[in-house]
Amino acid sequence: MAVIKSQVRSGVYYDSARLMQLQRTLANLPGVVDAGVIMGTETNKELLARVDLLSPEAINSRENDLVIVVSSDDPKIAEEAIAKVDELLAARKDTGETTARPRTLEEANKILPESSWVLISVAGRYAARVARQTMAAGKHVFLFSDNVSVEDEISLKAEAAEKGLLVMGPDCGTAIINGIGLGFANKVRKGPIGLIAAAGTGLQQVSSRIHQLGSGLTFGIGTGGRDLSEKIGGVTFLMALDVLIRDPETKVICLVSKPPSPAVAEEVLRQARKAGKPVVVNFIGRTPISRHSGNLYFASGLDDAAAIAVDLAKNPPAPYVAPDLGLNRFVKGQKYLRGLFSGGTLAYEAQYLLTEYVPKVYANAPINKANKLMDALTSVEHTIVDLGEDEFTVGRLHPMMDNELRIRRLLDEAKDPEVAVIMLDVVIGFGSHEDPVSEIAPAIVKAKDIAKAGGRYLEVAVVVTGTEEDPQKLSAQIEPLKKAGAWVNTSNEEVVRYVGAILQGLNGEVVAEKAKATPVDLAVLKKPLEAINIGLESFYENLKVQGTPTVQLDWRPTAGGNEKLIGILDRLKQYE
Amino acid sequence: MINITEANKKVVEAFMEARPVVVGTALAKDVIPGMHADLFLHAGPPITWERMSGPIKGAMVGALIFEGRAKTAEEAYKILESGQIKFAPCHEHSSVGPMAGVISPSMAVFIVENQTHGNKAYSGMNEGRGKVLRMGAYSQDVIDRMRWLNDVYAPTIDAALKLIGGVDIRTLLSKALHMGDDGHNRLDAASILFATILAPAITTVAKSPAVAAEILRFMGENALTILNPVMAGCKTMADAGHNVEGSTIVTCMCRNGTDFGLRVSGLGDRWFTAQSPVVKALYFPGFTEADACRDIGDSVITETAGIGGFAMATAPALVTFIGGTPQDAIKTTLDMYEITFAEHKMFTIPFLDFRGTPTGVDIRKVVEKQITPRVNTGVAHKDPGVGQVGAGVVSAPMSLFEDSLIAFAEKYNI
Repeated sequence: MAVIKSQVRSGVYYDSARLMQLQRTLANLPGVVDAGVIMGTETNKELLARVDLLSPEAINSRENDLVIVVSSDDPKIAEEAIAKVDELLAARKDTGETTARPRTLEEANKILPESSWVLISVAGRYAARVARQTMAAGKHVFLFSDNVSVEDEISLKAEAAEKGLLVMGPDCGTAIINGIGLGFANKVRKGPIGLIAAAGTGLQQVSSRIHQLGSGLTFGIGTGGRDLSEKIGGVTFLMALDVLIRDPETKVICLVSKPPSPAVAEEVLRQARKAGKPVVVNFIGRTPISRHSGNLYFASGLDDAAAIAVDLAKNPPAPYVAPDLGLNRFVKGQKYLRGLFSGGTLAYEAQYLLTEYVPKVYANAPINKANKLMDALTSVEHTIVDLGEDEFTVGRLHPMMDNELRIRRLLDEAKDPEVAVIMLDVVIGFGSHEDPVSEIAPAIVKAKDIAKAGGRYLEVAVVVTGTEEDPQKLSAQIEPLKKAGAWVNTSNEEVVRYVGAILQGLNGEVVAEKAKATPVDLAVLKKPLEAINIGLESFYENLKVQGTPTVQLDWRPTAGGNEKLIGILDRLKQYE
Repeated sequence: MINITEANKKVVEAFMEARPVVVGTALAKDVIPGMHADLFLHAGPPITWERMSGPIKGAMVGALIFEGRAKTAEEAYKILESGQIKFAPCHEHSSVGPMAGVISPSMAVFIVENQTHGNKAYSGMNEGRGKVLRMGAYSQDVIDRMRWLNDVYAPTIDAALKLIGGVDIRTLLSKALHMGDDGHNRLDAASILFATILAPAITTVAKSPAVAAEILRFMGENALTILNPVMAGCKTMADAGHNVEGSTIVTCMCRNGTDFGLRVSGLGDRWFTAQSPVVKALYFPGFTEADACRDIGDSVITETAGIGGFAMATAPALVTFIGGTPQDAIKTTLDMYEITFAEHKMFTIPFLDFRGTPTGVDIRKVVEKQITPRVNTGVAHKDPGVGQVGAGVVSAPMSLFEDSLIAFAEKYNI
């Protein structure tokens, strides 16, 4: 049989809701059967009577009396429960933040109007929509979310390019903006190196190594792993490169990527060549042939990239001035090379080196079977023909001794309006033709005249292999070639790189026009970072730790992710 | 082509410009449009006798006894089951009723007149807390109190109101919100203000000093005295903004203990309904959630007009209902800003630097953000004849807003 214990306190007032809460707490105490905490009004006393809690003290209570009644099988428990009332009444909950977290970007923006970045790490299927809202608000996007479709990435980046905003990601894990790390980032000091990476841990590795080597970053811009794929076309990478080129505090640019699409990598390098500052490149899986070309420095790995960048920042090289290739001499439509070689190895090396400049070179003796010329007598696009191959030497002398076939081909190629450059080799020495240039130089003049008659300019580049001591005498061979208007060098690589640079210049411009993005506002990027975080709370905490003004959005999917309702809401916007 | 922004502006302007004044009392059959001898009004959206919740059934029984048409509950049930009595929502007759919200033809009602737009609304006399008709109780003491309210209280209040030219509900609410009231669950300040304003007139018009004392004592003891005129006042505000083409603002929310009903300004008189939710509540001694009727009453008209749960931040004493701290109350109000179209010009919250209360629930925002209106409410026993068992908070069902948004898109070919 339960015992009832009660206490009456006169002249005290508590809000009834508070009393109900107190009563619930008392009733839930171990060993307590039931509890009533009321002000002693008639109605309340009736309520107590209904549940057999009306003690004699309670019966006599009045409306300004606080009545506490506890029933328990153990009188001690009931008394202890009553003794706890003061403590329970005095208990306060921990008070947290007085402002609720905003639920929308607009609300967050009111709190942090200067924020120019939004970190998005919501589930992939909602991420594109949030990113679009972010760009509609004119803010840059750090998009950590993965599982964003390629189609969404394409359309997001198209919009970003139009608006001059960076979409870093999707699946972008890390970035460093003005010394502040976004997402997963290391504490890296500020410094003269600007880093762009289509590789999250790549960015972390290189930026950390740069820090360890005593230097630091202006920016570390992540682009998301797919940015340099064929479909995406390196939109973010190119926009980031453009802004780092314009940033006077960025003295050295470092580019890092997982294996990129060759065509996109080519475009990135083409822009990088125009940087006017050193650019260190490490595209994993794209082994550089040369370590250094103009203002470009090709690293063999991430660590190497960091080391080269730090070294270049410490010891700035003399500004690289690109040679004048005289590209304006050519007319529209001229874009191809025809290489007519007598030496097989020279022809091979030319093909190899040209991979740095153009996507594909056909050959009758190709370094790569896929580039095999269908018909050795008919050139296709960029073509290199080794006239010393068996197919040409049946029933005639080797072209090192007999120039006739090569000259005929030279004149034929000169007629092709798509041809811009013809490359020849002249190999002298014992056994070779006694004075090859006496035949070749006039042919070059003729070839150039043919092009000129067609309204074109034809460049002829010649490598001469031999010595002054050779019977034909090197200088005596070079002189007439130069007189004939040829570009001459004794290094096969020099000639090939000269030709490559021209081809690059003539073949890249179309792509550049197509991918013209609105430039990112450098001033906005240089502002002290303020950011809104949507998604992973830890990103918000990280920013706070770094002293960055930030707001965490209490985000939830629009219309609970219901496509039909989202569609209606979107359409309703036209009626606002 | 509709312009939703303009339409919604028009609606919330009407809400805020409406100036409800309680001008008097009268018998329901004499003033409520469409009222007749066999029509009994109830809270919430339309409902049949079969689906009716316990509190409304109990209140219907009590009303038949009160009307003198039945002597016992058994007799009343027979009449009610016979189909002789027609049921209709208060809302369809310019009326509102707390909890069961039953208004029968002979009951006295407050007359509240919107002096800006001219529309009127009606609501019964508030009986106080505990075992009352509006909670589904119908015992003799309940009926006796109803009689006293009709025969003594209402005529005196009517005369007093007429003597002083009515009481401005909007002004009174504005003050009360600065005195710890939310305008729905907590009306202590507003009721005291009401009593204070009326007291001199009551003593003047009352038949005897004893009657005056009785009435004033009742008003002083009943912190909900003003609830019904406040609800009718909010009803005139909401009605002033109803039926505006192209508006996505909610003009009616209500529950009958079975269904939760919703109307949208731009969708006319069409009802959207969903099952009424269970209230998250604190209970009186001896009661638990198992005893509770699903959410019930027209009092959510206060939230519809921009007070009640929406003004929680200004009523910190109420926070225990939502589990704790004043910060939770503030959060409730801040959440409601997310789903409302405007901030009230007249009703302000000192703690939020006198920011206007969140006003005009926008179905677009509710659906987009998946936040539904928060309502402060009382809880009735699920069985007829018992009465109130607790009080708490509840959120309106999301499907109502989703359904209405789809209907909106269909109606306007969007």
